[in-house]
Amino acid sequence: MTRFKRNILGLAVAASLTMGVAQAQVSDNLIKIGVLTDMSSLYTDLAGAGSVAAAKMAIEDSGIEKRGFKVELISADHQNKPDVGSAIARQWYDTDKVDVIVDVPNSGVALAVNQITKDKNKVFLASGPASSDLTGKACSPNTVHWTYDTWMLANGTGGAIVKSGGDTWFFLTADYAFGHALERDTEAVVLKNGGKVLGKVRAPLNTQDFSSFLLQAQASKAKIVGLANAGGDTTNSIKQAAEFGIVKGGQNLAGLLVFLTDVNALGLPTAQGLIVTNTFYWDKDDQTRAFSKRFAPLDKGIHPTMVHAGVYASVLHYLKSVEALKSDDGLKVVAKMKEMPTDDPLFGKGTIRADGRKIHPAYLMEVKKPAESKGPWDYYKVRATIPADQAFRPLKDGDCPLVK
Amino acid sequence: MEIFGIPTQALFGQLLIGLINGAFYAMLSLGLAVIFGLLNIINFTHGAQYMMGAFCAWFFLERFGIGYWWSLLLAPIVIGATGVVIERTMLSRLYKLDHLYGLLLTFGLALIVQGVFTNFYGSSGQPYRLPPEFAGAFDLGFMFLPKYRAWVIVASLIVCLGTWFVIERTKLGSYLRAATENPALVQAFGINVPRMITLTYGFGVGLAALAGVMAAPIYQVSPQMGANLIIVVFAVVVIGGMGSILGAILTGFGLGIVEGLTKVFYPEASNTVIFVVMVLVLLFKPAGLFGREH
Amino acid sequence: MNTPAAAVLEPVAAGASSSRNRMLIATTLMVAALAIAPFVGVYPIFLMKALCFALFACAFNLLLGFGGLLSFGHAMFLGSAGYVCAHVAKVWGWPPEAAILAGTAAATLLGMVVGLLAIRRQGIYFAMITLAIAQMIYFFCLQSPLTGGEDGIQSVPRGKLFGFIDLSNPLAMYFTVLAIFVGAFLLIYRIVHSPFGQVLKAIRENEPRAISLGYDADKYKLIAFVMSAGLSGLAGSTKAIVFQLASLTDVHWSMSGEVVLMVLLGGMGTIFGPVVGAFAIIGLESYLAGFGQWVTVMTGVIFVICVLAFRRGIVGELDAWWAKRRS
Repeated sequence: MTRFKRNILGLAVAASLTMGVAQAQVSDNLIKIGVLTDMSSLYTDLAGAGSVAAAKMAIEDSGIEKRGFKVELISADHQNKPDVGSAIARQWYDTDKVDVIVDVPNSGVALAVNQITKDKNKVFLASGPASSDLTGKACSPNTVHWTYDTWMLANGTGGAIVKSGGDTWFFLTADYAFGHALERDTEAVVLKNGGKVLGKVRAPLNTQDFSSFLLQAQASKAKIVGLANAGGDTTNSIKQAAEFGIVKGGQNLAGLLVFLTDVNALGLPTAQGLIVTNTFYWDKDDQTRAFSKRFAPLDKGIHPTMVHAGVYASVLHYLKSVEALKSDDGLKVVAKMKEMPTDDPLFGKGTIRADGRKIHPAYLMEVKKPAESKGPWDYYKVRATIPADQAFRPLKDGDCPLVK
Repeated sequence: MEIFGIPTQALFGQLLIGLINGAFYAMLSLGLAVIFGLLNIINFTHGAQYMMGAFCAWFFLERFGIGYWWSLLLAPIVIGATGVVIERTMLSRLYKLDHLYGLLLTFGLALIVQGVFTNFYGSSGQPYRLPPEFAGAFDLGFMFLPKYRAWVIVASLIVCLGTWFVIERTKLGSYLRAATENPALVQAFGINVPRMITLTYGFGVGLAALAGVMAAPIYQVSPQMGANLIIVVFAVVVIGGMGSILGAILTGFGLGIVEGLTKVFYPEASNTVIFVVMVLVLLFKPAGLFGREH
Repeated sequence: MNTPAAAVLEPVAAGASSSRNRMLIATTLMVAALAIAPFVGVYPIFLMKALCFALFACAFNLLLGFGGLLSFGHAMFLGSAGYVCAHVAKVWGWPPEAAILAGTAAATLLGMVVGLLAIRRQGIYFAMITLAIAQMIYFFCLQSPLTGGEDGIQSVPRGKLFGFIDLSNPLAMYFTVLAIFVGAFLLIYRIVHSPFGQVLKAIRENEPRAISLGYDADKYKLIAFVMSAGLSGLAGSTKAIVFQLASLTDVHWSMSGEVVLMVLLGGMGTIFGPVVGAFAIIGLESYLAGFGQWVTVMTGVIFVICVLAFRRGIVGELDAWWAKRRS
């Protein structure tokens, strides 16, 4: 009940303050950021509490509060359930005066939030989800898709591997929409670059034992085993691939969606040699290292994943745009975000395209051998950099209604 | 030579792998069957206890440097002891009520255990190194069999047959079986039935933990590892016939093989095939393959 | 065999006319409170969610509380009805009332098939069979292209009810949901107090005796199962229209567990128990959403407390207290 009282009070305050104050256009004189993330299941480690910490750091670093703006941060757990996530998003917008929702790892939840955000004219900074539909047929003038997407993963990993000689593939695909999309996109890239797909097998989601599928992959004699799956399916299949000597036998694993925290969970002896594409690595330069040093103590020692970095950078850019505009109107802010070039310590300089896609380089990385690693969290070496203009799907191929 | 387009050699490999997965099903469903047979309780916490076994082994190794072999012995005892506490403090209050309350209680406990572990250890899990003595593999000609997997089959067979022997062929086992039929009478013979029931629950839980320790080197040790497995294992127990020890063992191995073959011929259905079998069995033999109609 | 609900006092059996009056007063009060709620600041989306789950819990209680059958797979009816409703509304462009009916019909049909299989066994077996079939349905929904995998079916149009009530207006939507809920609630009340309901209770208490009296127990149980499935489907369809999406959450087995919890907490075999339980659990979940995984732990703790110390549930305990005070 207190919440409702507070809302009524909030309404009254908002009504009395809308005129006269310097930031008159910022609704109820408060920028309220909601981090909607997974705190209880699959994506807890790669987003979760770390995303909240990253948003907090972005607010501090922007220095916006010193200049008279009030910023408030709240967070909630969407439990990877679209209905839970959309209920929270609606409530945040309707009664809790939230101006912007950040993160949302899990495409299902993100698509729902995308729609609600558009209906209510707020802002959605999607740093967690993978679906390239967010800037494709479901694109919205209120959404910025920051960190990565399925097209970029497929293109980065698939294209670069074929070019470096891995031209025969076998797909181990999680049998649901996300796995199918990842497999389809990667296959197209492999074929386009002159590679061949020797076979594929579709394993049901949450399969415990992949050995049977791995034997089929082994028998195919393909040079690359592409893992079009996520989370526990990926870690289990990599672990068992090591056991069955897939990598020792001369085949290479390509993890299409692998995060730093997954590699940490597997340990280097198991994960070594795995090829992944990420848009951020904590050990890239001095600035990213400085960020990670501040970040890790806030999230149980976890070093930032690209999703954490995306939360930080997108919130920072959002606050800059609100400040420049002196308004937090959803459509206007996102238009301003697209108009202003982005610049942050983690992704460097970049832009946001008309379809809401944030553009920055991607890195093809290989997991180090245990002997090469100098300490905890020293996991990747960069094999190739995919320049920003090639990393993401060309604007015209996305079928985004905003572009035409 | 080929069978349905699959080379015979590859088929042998897949059968063997099915057998290995069957070994886990057999150990888990055995624990469930023992508990159900004596306590008439469907132990929904079984999956969580399997997970706790794996975490216990991981914890021993990380914190105390206790290796795989000692974990194999200690983890079941530790987790079994938690089972004894649960039985004494909670389950024992429910015997006079409907069986369904036991199911609901253990379901609640499973939620608590999984929630707490996710909170402390995150969701992506922890790595457990393969014991060095199992590094490498046997080249069987038709496949490459990791040594550890071979050990899983052997160990599981020993545990399953040992349990079966104790329950069906020894004096202790006959007390146990008698106590399920008529506890009052057995009590009258001077046997402490409540204590026997407590220890049985502890033993069943210990079996789950043992399976967990054996799973740790090959599956990611994560809080959710038992959550989906438990439903498959329920189906195994239903197919075998509730409370039948031998039924649980044979069905466990058998369904592992069925599932393994499905992974070759129609991989999309490999998660559902066990439930299809279950429906078919219930249609034609409602008490399960090895169960008796009451 | 002692069925769970047998432990619960039967509030409506004694003193038929006075209990009917009490029932009438209580229902009127409940409906009045729900009708006023959105105007005194309670968030309508929260109310609609709670009402959908209350309906689901009432449907489940019809089977568990009055039929003595614990199904551990009821999410399949909720979820598959949601998918059917969302699909016909979005892809085929059916109006909301037809979409909701289509979802309900699909769940009823599914209930018929599952019921024929499941009522062959009782007690724990029944629970396990429903759980396993629900798991099959879950994997089907996960893999089928029609359901959109983990994305679910999104942006389902709310449309215009009967062609002229615009459901995108929150209040219009709310009162539609309330009307559906009250209608189904009264229907369940009628069923429970009909001769059919009495026979069902007799079977629950003592099946062999009911059979020896000439009742075809299996037929009664099947009808109860199908009705419960259909009403769960009604809840699922309505939920799909309200939230404009159908997702895997509603077919997952943890949803089946959640509805058991609602009924257990509110009071099995009572008329109002499931409603109270649903509001309590949904309220708790939205209040605790910021606490992450502790929600799961809390849910587990409530389960354990209910089973160990609180088996009659909130409404059951109140009834018992009331009965004791009067005697």
